Amino acid sequence: MVGQAAAEDLSRDARNEAGENVRAGPPLGMLAELTHRCPLQCPYCSNPLRLLKAGDELETGDWLRVFDQAAELGVLQIHLSGGEPTLRSDLDQFVERLAAHGVYSNLITAGVNLSADKIKKLAGLGLDHVQLSVQSVRRENADRITNYKGALARKRAFAGWVIEAGLPLTINAVTHRNNIDETEAFIQFALDAGAQRIEVANTQYYGWAAVNRAALMPGYEQCLRQADIVGAAQRKLTGILNIDYVPTDYYAKYPKPCMGGWANDVFNVTPNGQVLPCHAAESLTDMEFENVRERPLAEIWYASKSFNRFRGAGWMPEPCRSCERKHVDFGGCRCQAFAMTGDARATDPACSLSPHHHAMESLAGNLSSSNAPPAFEYRRIGRY
Amino acid sequence: MIVASRARSIVNEDSRPVLPRYVRIRFDKVRQRHVVLAPEKLYWPDEIGIAILDKCDGERSLAQIAALLAADYDAPYEIIFNDVLEFAQEWSDRLLLKI
Repeated sequence: MVGQAAAEDLSRDARNEAGENVRAGPPLGMLAELTHRCPLQCPYCSNPLRLLKAGDELETGDWLRVFDQAAELGVLQIHLSGGEPTLRSDLDQFVERLAAHGVYSNLITAGVNLSADKIKKLAGLGLDHVQLSVQSVRRENADRITNYKGALARKRAFAGWVIEAGLPLTINAVTHRNNIDETEAFIQFALDAGAQRIEVANTQYYGWAAVNRAALMPGYEQCLRQADIVGAAQRKLTGILNIDYVPTDYYAKYPKPCMGGWANDVFNVTPNGQVLPCHAAESLTDMEFENVRERPLAEIWYASKSFNRFRGAGWMPEPCRSCERKHVDFGGCRCQAFAMTGDARATDPACSLSPHHHAMESLAGNLSSSNAPPAFEYRRIGRY
Repeated sequence: MIVASRARSIVNEDSRPVLPRYVRIRFDKVRQRHVVLAPEKLYWPDEIGIAILDKCDGERSLAQIAALLAADYDAPYEIIFNDVLEFAQEWSDRLLLKI
């Protein structure tokens, strides 16, 4: 266990971008991107453009060591993600190890390459929860978004096997202009599948989604309609289905409290062992990150320059610096700020107080009003 | 139009709640307090909340749970019962307690 004394020791020289001494608490969650390989090719994927190949991935022993270190550090939930995490042949061992630590394990899957026996086996090994992505509840649209024929039928079957195995199920519906009008149908799908929970989350424009932004951006009116539908469903389905909603920040007044603050609650480990405060952080090309092959997680979490860079609030320039919301949304997303302004410290342009906000909003309006959006650039390993 | 085949559970004194299999209470050694682990969520109930959840075994009714707590905390039953009822409804509404 990494106790308070050890954490304090590691944080002794922890300084943020402004040179302030910062002291993090232990992390709650970890996103383990086990692989970038995936049978689907969704254009809204937030994985980086330069996808890693199987040969780049951490070995079984590396991941087991990382899980041990994460549990010691205080991580309570681990999300096994990717790419498609079930393409790792050592997944069973990972689930077993997390169960031994009492860490809550969550499998985030596309659900097209699994059998009923496999999910039953994972449940028996101690898997706690399954999150299944659904791209569309219309067959042709699902085929088109995933570039995978018959995806929807496979997902329906898989959802049934999850319930049969006695596991709780979350449906994850990432929405964009091509499926946002299916919002109500997504919620109905979750109910019919016996899910406990659905996440209706608008696309976040990182990685492949950024490349495909013009093909994905929904219109303002569509977004308003969606918010109404979700709000009504949340009221109607209280005690029946948990509904979490992430609106499009391009039309927002205030930015999202990205990751609950930089390196505050959670972190991400990429398939080759890079440790990041969020899954898109490698897009911040003005900084470097550390690797689990070279340094223990506790040191990276408490002492690394990258994790400490945006902790605290002293690094914020105006308008964040004097804003009463700076401890509410932490200035928004560093990756979005960097991508749109070239300065990773800048106020997220999703904020109406950012000087770049108007440009962002009108870009969204222009892209979404086009009657002829570009074709998808499908997510493929080796393309970049 | 969304159609639900299930209905919301409304708790009363005879309800016998139990934590579903996918919700776990655990003592967190790093933070030195109890935590409730649930699908993609964490909860940090106070001492009374944990005491209520500990007694939700699917056998005891909410009235019995309230009576036990009233004795433990040497507090009036009526007040404790109302708190327990409110707590159980809230946790049931989040699908964290099965009624």
